[in-house]
Amino acid sequence: MNKPSAVQSVERPLTVEKAKAEERIETSSKSVKLIFSFIACSAFWLVFGTLVGEYLGFKFIWPEIDTISWLSFGRLRPVHTNVVFWGFLSQAMLALALYVVPRTSQRELFSYRVGWASLWLMNLSVILGVISLMAGINNGAQEYREFIWPIFSLFAFGLILVAYNLYKTIANRNVKEIYISNWYILAACLWTIILAAIAYLPGYQQDGISQTVIQGYYMHQGVGQWFTPMVLGLTYYFLPKLLNRPIYSYSLGVLAFWTQMVFYTMIGSHHFVFSPIPWWIQTVAIVFSVGMIVPVTAGTGNFLLTMRGKWRSIARSYSLPFILVGVIFYAIVSYQGTLEAFRSLNKTWHFTNFTIAHSHMSMYGFVSFLVWGGIYGLIPRMTGYEPPQFAVGAHFWLAFIGVLVYSIPLMIGGTLQGLSWIAGDPFMESVTLMAPYWVWRAVGGTMMFMSHLIFAYNVWKMRPQSNKNVDEPSNS
Amino acid sequence: MKLNFHKNHKLLFGVIFWGFVFLSLIIAVFPALWVQQENKPLPASEPMSEVERRGMKVFINEGCVYCHTQQVRPIAMDENWGRPSAPGDYARVNRPSVWRQTPAVLGSERTGPDLSNIGKRQPSAVWHYMHLYNPRSVVEESIMPSYPWLFKVAENPSKNAMVVSMPGDYGPSNGKIIATEKAKALVAYLKSLKQVSTDARPTAAQKAKADSVAAQAAKKEISGATIYADNCASCHQSDGKGVQGVFPPMVDDPVVMAKDPTKHIQVVLYGLQGKTIKGTAYQGAMQPFGKLLSDEEVAAVINHERTSWGNDAPTVTAEDVAKVRKNDELNKIQAEE
Ligand code: HEM
Ligand code: HEM
Repeated sequence: MNKPSAVQSVERPLTVEKAKAEERIETSSKSVKLIFSFIACSAFWLVFGTLVGEYLGFKFIWPEIDTISWLSFGRLRPVHTNVVFWGFLSQAMLALALYVVPRTSQRELFSYRVGWASLWLMNLSVILGVISLMAGINNGAQEYREFIWPIFSLFAFGLILVAYNLYKTIANRNVKEIYISNWYILAACLWTIILAAIAYLPGYQQDGISQTVIQGYYMHQGVGQWFTPMVLGLTYYFLPKLLNRPIYSYSLGVLAFWTQMVFYTMIGSHHFVFSPIPWWIQTVAIVFSVGMIVPVTAGTGNFLLTMRGKWRSIARSYSLPFILVGVIFYAIVSYQGTLEAFRSLNKTWHFTNFTIAHSHMSMYGFVSFLVWGGIYGLIPRMTGYEPPQFAVGAHFWLAFIGVLVYSIPLMIGGTLQGLSWIAGDPFMESVTLMAPYWVWRAVGGTMMFMSHLIFAYNVWKMRPQSNKNVDEPSNS
Repeated sequence: MKLNFHKNHKLLFGVIFWGFVFLSLIIAVFPALWVQQENKPLPASEPMSEVERRGMKVFINEGCVYCHTQQVRPIAMDENWGRPSAPGDYARVNRPSVWRQTPAVLGSERTGPDLSNIGKRQPSAVWHYMHLYNPRSVVEESIMPSYPWLFKVAENPSKNAMVVSMPGDYGPSNGKIIATEKAKALVAYLKSLKQVSTDARPTAAQKAKADSVAAQAAKKEISGATIYADNCASCHQSDGKGVQGVFPPMVDDPVVMAKDPTKHIQVVLYGLQGKTIKGTAYQGAMQPFGKLLSDEEVAAVINHERTSWGNDAPTVTAEDVAKVRKNDELNKIQAEE
């Protein structure tokens, strides 16, 4: 049993030992509790939301898997998207923001009570939203604003509280300069508040076409002005911190920020290319989609240049590989998105599963990976408890290979769907040809889901424990 | 110092907030307001009835829009679905109550077929009920969910109940399937989805596109098998065996096999309902295809039926079809039947 193996020896262990988290950082126990609660809720919603996603994926292969109204595809699909948006990612990002903003402002969080209130409001909103969607009550099936307004306003109110809390913390900062992370983070909160208001107010979206104009704007700003700036802001903190070197170019970050704000806002209607909304809006959207090359190149270039020559530290860390993958996916999906917006390519890819691949490469490969990098980078240093390194490695590889197995087949299948339509084949052909690609999606999805169970386990392992003695070495 | 973004948080976040408000107004709110004011229902369209509105609500609540678009793009590949969608097509879609917003019927994914014109393509209520109860009963390879909760099973349905008979083992082992009010409303809504002619002038871009569409359509070769798959197979099935008791088989059908094709052409042009064939009464309705298909296309699909699945009947030409089309007598007879 203990005979040393030729392949696997002390010098060549199965996994390379990664560096331990550095010394524990001094944070008040109040802040540890609040931040960890956000993370714990977020981990729960990740497991729940992707269990639903996994089940949805199975339905493409076995449409008769159940015939219960509450579990039917049309009702569960918005449960999946809204839970991963508002339950998992939003709360994980806010957890990290509640650390980064006070830390870079050298100030305690303005109010913990307000912080807790926002956590409760957001979770209440997601719980009620899930129940109502499964019961068949939705807000006109408008993607990502499927919660009816009484339910979504709980979330929006939570967000207003967060924005207020962060703003006050920044306003009372103990340093002169406002660090670039805080630009991104607070801007994301402010933009999303405006966005939610525009999405839900009446008066200018009463008929099918005006609704579509707002929908294009909303669904793109949801990803573009909430998730994107939020994780970019967090990365502007965690990447230099974990690498222990300053960001390559501060002013490149500033340039990316302003171009992001102006260009991204204009491109929503590229979701409705060739639709009957005014042609000029579509053209504006396409032009600015090309313009997006500026902030994206500035952002990813900045991150990659910060990492240059530090590949060994990245390989030795268990959080930085997540950040590296996230940054690379940010570049890939954004250039991919620009291509999708061109009329010539949109024709082939629009309405197909190519879009689903794009959504997951972006929301998963880009946003989720950056969030995980931040969580593994921060929480052990706050609580003093590290997750088992093997488990972090398993999370990383299952999630990474999983998302590739998920999205590459869907890109191929989606392209074939489009070509089949262009060729004028009978419609059903585009359904039957997808069968093998949907099986691949289920395989990739299963790997992703397993990685989320491991992530939840790791979160549990990193939990703060009151009997922890600060000087004790960590328990791994 | 005061005008420094890096140091003055009021300035920085003020610009971020109001800048975004400004951009949002010009790219979203004002355009939306403007199209809303400009947009009028097409003159040829009818207001939605009460029951159709309820049906649209079921359509939205069940999330059908996640797989079905109602958006025909002005490009050649979308021609099968109808004419390019116009803003006026959606002018009657509006906010149902204070609790919910205007539904997003345009859709963003086409896992299933576009529904802009489904009322014309599939006017048979019977087909819709069967399809909703279990899509695989009429389209074998479908991956659409079944909606059994829109139906009830009763031992002795009352006289005016909408009874749906399912073929083979698709139905329950005992009792009859009855469509609920929700199913009826949903089917009424689906049947109401018909494109009407646009009086409005097409936009320049659409016009340019429409021209190239027409040019391409002229070039497009006509395939009877494809026309059959797109228009006929959902009822008569791709193997030509039909659906027992509802849609008759094409294999060995007396009309299909007849030497004289007049009757065959007539059925395709003008539709048929409630016919007894070889002792079986078929309850499904067949729609007229005369307005949807050209003479060449009708001939192609008829020839496909006459020569597939072991059928071996004389074929027809576009001229034969044109002859039947021109003969008003034949049209009248059909209408009376
Ligand atoms: C186990 C992992 C996951 C699986 C198996 C999965 C599966 C699915 C499925 C089957 C759909 C519906 C596709 C369709 O309608 O054709 C979907 C949609 C979607 N999912 Fe996931 N998902 C997973 C994880 C995630 C995560 C973590 C996120 C976000 C962080 C996410 C974001 C989305 C979005 C945005 C859509 C809508 C896409 C669109 O409309 O274009 N998914 N997912
Ligand atoms: C330069 C940047 C980007 C451009 C130009 C772009 C472009 C596009 C386009 C054109 C579509 C619609 C595809 C279609 O329906 O045919 C789309 C869908 C989508 N994009 Fe992007 N994208 C970009 C970056 C991102 C990023 C960073 C994210 C996530 C944070 C993201 C998330 C999504 C999602 C979730 C969808 C699916 C929404 C839906 O149609 O249901 N995109 N994108």
